[in-house]
Amino acid sequence: MSIACEFEYVRPASLKDALRLLARPPEGGAMPLAGGSDLIAWLRDGAVQPGLVVDIKQLPELRGIRVSGGGLWMGAAVPFSELMESPAVQKHAPVLVEAAGVLASVGIRNRATPAGNICSAVPCCDSGPVLLVYEAEIHVATLRGTKVIPAANWFLAPRRTALPPGGLVTGIRIPVARHAGAFAKLKRYRGEDLAQASVAVRVDAKGAWRVAFGSVAPTPIRGRKTEKILAGHKQPEGAVLEQAATAAEAEVAPITDIRSSEHYRRLMVGVMLRRSILLASARLVGKGAAYGINIIEEDAP
Amino acid sequence: MKKEIFFQLNGEPRRVDVAPHETLLDVLRGKMGVHSPKEGCGRGDCGACTVLLDGKAVRGCLVLAMEVEGQAVTTLEGLGRDGPRALQEAFVEGNVFQCGFCAPGVVLAASALLAAHPDPTERQIREALAGNLCRCTGYEPIVKTILAVAKKKKGRKAKPSSAPSRRTAS
Ligand code: FES
Ligand code: FES
Repeated sequence: MSIACEFEYVRPASLKDALRLLARPPEGGAMPLAGGSDLIAWLRDGAVQPGLVVDIKQLPELRGIRVSGGGLWMGAAVPFSELMESPAVQKHAPVLVEAAGVLASVGIRNRATPAGNICSAVPCCDSGPVLLVYEAEIHVATLRGTKVIPAANWFLAPRRTALPPGGLVTGIRIPVARHAGAFAKLKRYRGEDLAQASVAVRVDAKGAWRVAFGSVAPTPIRGRKTEKILAGHKQPEGAVLEQAATAAEAEVAPITDIRSSEHYRRLMVGVMLRRSILLASARLVGKGAAYGINIIEEDAP
Repeated sequence: MKKEIFFQLNGEPRRVDVAPHETLLDVLRGKMGVHSPKEGCGRGDCGACTVLLDGKAVRGCLVLAMEVEGQAVTTLEGLGRDGPRALQEAFVEGNVFQCGFCAPGVVLAASALLAAHPDPTERQIREALAGNLCRCTGYEPIVKTILAVAKKKKGRKAKPSSAPSRRTAS
């Protein structure tokens, strides 16, 4: 089945032109197009019917990966596969690389972008928990200027974000700091699937933990109560690990849907958290599997 | 509004009139006579519509035709132009596919993998093909064939020492 709705397609030459188009959209509204994995499927379904599609992936301001001023900058138009291959991303945001490795398929990752992923903002968005534990900044441009929105303030509700009307995400910045982490994603089968639940963890040399979950609440969420229990423990084990898992199971708010039941999601959050913590703390001291494994299927601790 | 776009299709410059809502898959199949990419799911899940865009495997059903302006599109028709490649031959020899609906996508995804990683591990192969669903084969023969082709190529490359000996023998 093809796309039924009619719209105009424009590939603007500059960011300014793109913002002008987005600020004064035709009837039906304007939507930016980067990788298109969500947008084109939604157009097909008739879930969105914009009057204009603005193809932003060639804009030079949205390309490139740079490390400067203590931050890793990733242009909004850079697809997952390019990020996975970038030594800078591997070094400064390895948890993003690990998450990208279990996201959809190569054919999707060659087009899809983290920026698009968080703009679609579905609850199972894999980039969400990763950007939350990295306390990433979402850089947004509008005709009036630029704005930096912390990842923590980005997700408002399913498919709703803090992106201002007429705004465009130009890139994502992750503060550079020594750390270790892990990402776990529960799927129904091997190969590509949306997450039934996902867990991202990050720990620094002092044992300060950040934990976030996906697919187990209306938006990706940070696990503050879980973090408190782990605080100061560089190598959590035994009772601390159990308490953290229990706290995580309690602070998520999953629902039952076609992919799994609420109960199963909750229990698996505990299992995945334990495995992620053990793997991240091993990585912190130079042990543990290299980034890019599938924690659920492969020989994680 | 319709617009004429220009791109390389299997190495040849081509022009075609397209509407904004037409996908690359629609245009290849409906307007350009290229039928190897298939529409399975139409929403990015099955990989039957796989084509190479500037050498990278993408889903033809999730790309608007207008997006490929100025780029190079390769389909299975383009791969086989100079006779079937080693990979294609091996698939035929092993009678690997059954209904064949997934085959064009699998061959393209595998070629992109081998171009980037001439000597892939089994895990890399499974990862590269994870988005190409096959309802017939159970995947094992596909993965084994790709592994065998890569090994054979590697063997051939690592054989310069055996070449002279063959010459002396003849
Ligand atoms: S038809 Fe494109 S992925 Fe299934
Ligand atoms: S051979 Fe039938 S789907 Fe793969």
